[in-house]
This record gives sequence, C-alpha cells and structure tokens, in this order.
Amino acid sequence: MANYNLKINGKSHNVDVEDDTPLLWVLRDHLGMVGTKFSCGIAQCGACTVHLDGKATFSCVTPISSVGNSEVTTIEGLSEKGDHPVQKAWEEVDVAQCGYCQAGQIMTAAAFLEQNPSPSMEEIDNAMNRNICRCGTYHKIREAVALAAKSK
Amino acid sequence: MKTISRASRRDFLKIAGTTAGGLFIGFNWFSCDSPKVEVLSTEEILAQAKSFNAYLSISPTGDVVIYSPNPELGQNIKTSFPMVVAEELDADWEKVRVVQANLDTEKYDRQLTGGSGAMPHSWERLRKAGATAKYVLVAAAAKTWNVPAEEITVEKGIISHKGSGKSGHFGEFVTEAANISAPEEVILKDKKDFNIIGTPVKNVDAKEMYTGKPLFGLDFYREGMKQAMVQRAPFGMKIKSVDDAAARAVSGITDVVTFGTSVAVVGDSTWPLMKAKKLLKVEYEPDGTVESSADHDRIFADLMASGKSEVRRKDGNVDAAFKTAAKVVSAEYQCPFLAHSPMEPENFFAHVQGDKCELIGPTQTPDRARQSAAQILGIPAENISVEITRLGGGFGRRLRADYVEEAVHISKAIDAPVKVTWNREDELTGGAYRPAVRYRFEAALNESGEMIAYKLRGVGMNAGNTTRENNFPSGAVDNVLIESVNYESSITTNAWRAPITNFLAYAEQSFLDEVALEAGKDPVEFRLELLNRAKSNPVGELGYDVDRMIGVVKMAAEKSNWGKDPNVKQGFSVYFSHRSYVAQVANIEMQSGTPVLKKITAVTDCGMVVNPTGANHQVRGGIVDGMGHAMYTNLTFENGLPKQKNFDSYRLIRMKEVPEIETHFLDSGFNPTGLGEPALPPTGGAIANAIFSATGRRLRSQPFIEQKEFSDIKLEIRRA
Repeated sequence: MANYNLKINGKSHNVDVEDDTPLLWVLRDHLGMVGTKFSCGIAQCGACTVHLDGKATFSCVTPISSVGNSEVTTIEGLSEKGDHPVQKAWEEVDVAQCGYCQAGQIMTAAAFLEQNPSPSMEEIDNAMNRNICRCGTYHKIREAVALAAKSK
Repeated sequence: MKTISRASRRDFLKIAGTTAGGLFIGFNWFSCDSPKVEVLSTEEILAQAKSFNAYLSISPTGDVVIYSPNPELGQNIKTSFPMVVAEELDADWEKVRVVQANLDTEKYDRQLTGGSGAMPHSWERLRKAGATAKYVLVAAAAKTWNVPAEEITVEKGIISHKGSGKSGHFGEFVTEAANISAPEEVILKDKKDFNIIGTPVKNVDAKEMYTGKPLFGLDFYREGMKQAMVQRAPFGMKIKSVDDAAARAVSGITDVVTFGTSVAVVGDSTWPLMKAKKLLKVEYEPDGTVESSADHDRIFADLMASGKSEVRRKDGNVDAAFKTAAKVVSAEYQCPFLAHSPMEPENFFAHVQGDKCELIGPTQTPDRARQSAAQILGIPAENISVEITRLGGGFGRRLRADYVEEAVHISKAIDAPVKVTWNREDELTGGAYRPAVRYRFEAALNESGEMIAYKLRGVGMNAGNTTRENNFPSGAVDNVLIESVNYESSITTNAWRAPITNFLAYAEQSFLDEVALEAGKDPVEFRLELLNRAKSNPVGELGYDVDRMIGVVKMAAEKSNWGKDPNVKQGFSVYFSHRSYVAQVANIEMQSGTPVLKKITAVTDCGMVVNPTGANHQVRGGIVDGMGHAMYTNLTFENGLPKQKNFDSYRLIRMKEVPEIETHFLDSGFNPTGLGEPALPPTGGAIANAIFSATGRRLRSQPFIEQKEFSDIKLEIRRA
C-alpha cells in the first residue's frame, strides 16, 4: 500500500492503494467515478479511455504508480455542464445504442480533436479505430466527430 | 382509422403509491442553462404524482413520468416504449421523464428483452395506457368546467375547451382524474394524427451516458458491499482440489468461497480480486466429455453422414424429384461457436438476508433471475426484488442467469451484500455461446432451371432445431426435406442475437445464389420466381408473408440499382426473422484489380417505424454485427476451454472495417415489429455473394478471413 495524490478533473484526490492498481480501478472502486468503463482490461477496446495531460490513455493498463503529477481528465470532468463540443455533437447525432463504450469514444475523440482540429474523414476513422463499439454505432461516431470538429 | 381497444384488468391495476428505490435512473429533460423556472427532479415529481396505471404517473406540475418495464440494452426500448404511451396521452414530450421499472410481474407482462418481441407484444397495451389516462383527464376537465367531454381537445399536455375558452395543463386535473374510473374501452388515435411516433426522438439516457453518470450494473456500488470474481471449471470438468492459500494472502481479499464447479474470491475492491483469482490453484478432473475443436470436426462429419435426424418438414417426394433432375447443386456451410461479448462484462449485485433477497443489475430476463435465486435459496420468489439497470449490450448473453446465481451463492455464503464482476476472459470462457452449426444443402433443377426439390440437413452443437423449416424457400418448391440433428456437447450454448438465423440466413442465401448460377438466372429474378410461385400456388405451410418479402426484394433491387452498373459487383440477400423482412445488397467495386467493399443497402419492412433514429441504429448496428462476425470472429476450443480469451485474439469489427450503409424502410401499413435482430441475418449472405460476384470465390465457412479461398483476395473496405 502506498499513498498517492492525484490530480483528477482539476481537483486533488488522495488514495491508499497498491502500486500496481490500474488508474481505472482507482477511479471506479476508490473514488466512485464510474463514468470510465471496464471492458477488456488489456488496452484493446478503449472503453476505459481517460486523458493523461490531454493524451488519450487506456486507464485499465495504467498503474497508479506511473501517473505521477499528470493531470487526469475523465468523462466526468471533460466539461462542467456536459457541454464539451464532442459531448454536444454526441447528443445532436444521437450516437449511442447501449451506450457503454461511448464515454471512452468521447474521450478518444476529444483528445484527437485537440491534436487535429480539422481532420479528414480518413483521419477520423484512423483515430477512432482504437475504440470498439459492439453495437456497431461506428457511422454515428464518425458523424459526431466530424460535427464536433466543425462546431468547435 | 380509429381503433377501439378494450383495457385488460392486468394492465390497468391502479397502484396506490409509487415507490422507487436504489439506483434511480431518470432523465432531466431541461438542460442546466435552460431559462425554465423550476426544474424538479424525477423523485420530486414522483413524490407528488398520481399514478394512472402501471406505465404512467402525472404530477400536479404537469410533469409526466412514464415507466418502461423492459430491460434496455441498446435496442432503444426505453425511448420508444414511452413514445407510444406519450403519443396516445398527447403529452408534451419535453415534460416527460422516463424511469426504468423494476421487475413487477403483477403490473407487467413479458418484462424481458429477447426475440425482438417487446414492441409487437406491447404496442396495443402501451397505446391503451396513454389513451385511458387521457380519457380520465379529459373527463376531469369536463366535470370541472361543466362542458361536454366530446368538445374537449388535448395537445401537448394542454387540455382545452374552445367554446368556453378554458384550458389547463394535465397537472391541474390529476386530483380530480384520480377519482374517475378508467373506461373499459378507449378510442385510440388515428395513425395519421401521430406526432411523436414516427419522429426522430433522442435517447432518453443520452445526457447521463455522455457525462459518465452511473447507469449500468457495473456502476452500482453500495456502502459496505463486497466484490467478488469467480474461477469456473473448463467445460466437461469438475473440481478435484482447491489450493487458495496464495489467493487468500493477497491484501484486500477477505474470503474464498467454493460452490458447484466454481471458486470465488471475495474482497473489497476489484484489482486485488483480479490478482487473487490468478493465484488460485484449482485442479480439475473430467466430468463428462472434454472437447476440442478437432473433436467437433469429427462429430460434425459423423453426424452429417449418419442416417440419424429429426425430420422438420417434408413436402412431396425429394428422392423421386432428384432422380429426374437435369442438374443437382449441393454445398456444405459451417459456422463456429461465438461469444456474445457485450462491452459491459457480466455482473450482478445480490444481498441475501434470511428469507429475503435483493438483486440489482443488468439482465434481459429479470423474472428468470428471480426464479433462479428463489430456487437456490429455497425461498418464495415474492421475497426477491429485482432492480433492472441499463445493460451495456446483451446480444442474448443476459438471458441467462448464471452470473446472478453466482452473486446469490456468494452473498449467502458470506452473509453480506456482494457484486460479482466478470472480466473479459470470464466472458469469453464462461459459456453460453452461439452454437456451432453445419449445413448441407442440395437442390434439384429441371431443364428450364426451376428448383423442383430442396434438401437441407443441419447439424448443431446444443443448437436445438438448426433450421427454420417453414421459412423461405419452403412453400415455393414442390419437394422439400428439411432435417436437423442435435449433438449434446459439454460446451454450453445460448440464444445469440437472431438465434440460428444469424448463420442459417447466410448459408441459405449464399446457397440460393449457387443454385441461381447453375440455373442461369439472375439472383434477384431467381428469388422472385420462387416467391411468385409461393404466392400463386403455395406448397404446405408458410411461416412468412410472401407479399412483404417480395416488397423488400423489389425495393432493394431498385434502391441498390441492382445489376445496372457493370463496375459494381453486387451480392443479394433477403431474410424474414422475428416478424420483420430485410433485403440487403452489398456493393464491391474493383479498383485497379482490388475488390473494395463500399456499400450495403438495406430495405426493411418492420411495419410502422416508431422512432426513425432508433430504427436506423438497429438496422445499421445489425449489419455491422452480422458483417463483423461473418468476416473476422472465431472461437475454437482446446481441452474444454476457448483458445480466444480476450479482444486481442477474439477479433471484433472496428471503425475502419465498416462500409457505407444505406437504409430504407418500406411502409407496409402493419403495426410495428421489433428490430433488435432482423437486420443481422441477411448480411453475411449479401457480402459472400458480392465477393463471389467480384472474385469468383465462394465462401462457405465463417469467419471469411480465415478461409483459404479468401486469403489472396485482398478485400478492402472503404466508405466513400
């Protein structure tokens, strides 16, 4: 057990956990932030995507000991009122079916658009290829990312 | 046309109060920056609301709460059910809140998600729920204003009387309305007057999903609850010995519980459980047959060749017809086991307390979960409550209650509330798969290329009936023999989105293309000839509506520009399942010698479309699902365990692998049928037939990418 001070969504949080505990489980089990989802646990599906210093990161394979002073942003902190351009685009396009993967999709899209504010459709496809949607909402995801890019 | 509908007592039991506890899932329709004066929470509304029936409560503020009883797993029922109630109520959709109802077999019928059956089952009763509430509200207004009820109109939650100039919102009449009995018969709206049904209404949980609010079973936490993970035996094995010393030594592990062929580690948080589970040393010994894929190959070959079978359908005399045939076509098709792999792994919360039990989590069959728990605990089912969370996908997996049963066993053993969580490896190795099935088709053609006889023999592993014997082309052929053989495997199977037809449709539609080719006929013309025969002079019992199938075939040919562009190689497929009809055309364009899958056009007849957004989702999602599993996904076994244990080897379709999908809906005037499944079955056939058309390679096994016929095709998938 070790004590970690984490910067999450602009606030400081203290947790006592084992060094190898993935950030995902610190968020969900220890801090009650359940927006970040568990699905594969091996960095294959993207449901657990958060931002570490703005970079899209698989929290399921990120040991807490490696987080250090990085700023962690989760879906809960992407915007104050749920009105980040990507969240708004997701609502406008009505993307979700079951919705379980969508927080991860939104986090991937938000980090991508920070890097590439006016992407081509092909660049959107490449960026979003790291997240799986089992319901097959890929067309809507693509449409929403393009809309968010335009409305930013 | 207006419909007069008789209310059944069961649906309109007046409920005294409305209670809702635990994980409360509502949706606030007013955004935070909206100028609207006061925004009440759903709980606040319910605290003062009057209950009109099992589906509806209305508060004096005019806010409407609609309960959606069936589990929501992405089929959009939590939005489309309330739309139907709100339509007949003439509510203002902006003032509607939706609440997921808990299991209540007194109030609701068929409170489950499966078989694309919710909408056809509930269409009438949802409409009646809205219409009877409107009736008593109007009667209350008529009484209050002392005017005839017939002169009153209702629009968007406002009740008006033109003559007297009086008007008021629903809330002003709820107290009076509560004293008026619901009528035995109500008049339902004319469909042409619908203003909610048929419009693209957005997902009622959208805001919560996109801001990370707790919605799903895995998001449920309660102060003081334990968490658990379970190690299960390989198929056909039982526990010989358990050494849990290393697992117990992991910090944060409080207990290890053995039940049946399972060993559970119990603790306070998930990560120590994952570590401890890996440290369990469980020795297994055979308990029945321990199977590998090589065994399955042999069993399939033996049973396909054996004389053993169950005859599902017999028309005419196939043997005689094959003797007179000018041409015989035959082919074998095969499909592997598949896991359901919903993105949210299985999980459930259970709290057993003496002769009572509380269950909370994602289930497609809450009543089955309750019955299973009752059996394990030996207590009456009425003592068990089931709260249904949103489901992160289901695809049939959550029809089973095995993971609920685990939570019940563990809670009882440790005498504490517990949430069981599966990881992805558990999900892929935990059973309840889509069964592996193989088919042999044989067709006899006469001199003019007409199919005079058709034989289908299906062999399945725990598949039950591998055929749909009264489906097309039955009814269109004089001599038909359809047989099925079941092998009882130790590998457990379960319904998987569009059970049986998810593979049978591909095999049949690909085979019919093979027959059309041998008959020298265009694939669409060939199917239409058969359908016209089934229409004019049907043979035996037909399980499908021939006109509706012809309708989607013709419209798909038209919308896809079938056969018009020599540069576009097309594949056709049509299938009837779960009361809906879907035809699909896949387009492959040759670009400098490379086949590029660019587009799939789908035409669907599901009767009236309740929510165009949801319907589009289900059709496109079904096609992506059908395509992904036909192309990429395989599950093979070694010594009773799947070799593919996570998404690194169990390959699911991704963003870059989906073509453009164009959807059309044929308005046949029928009442709505479900769409969770029907768009999936035709897809594999449309793609396989397009690949044949482009390359001359016939793909008779799934997944396509693992077939040698596919290895040098270099198929690309590109939108636009």
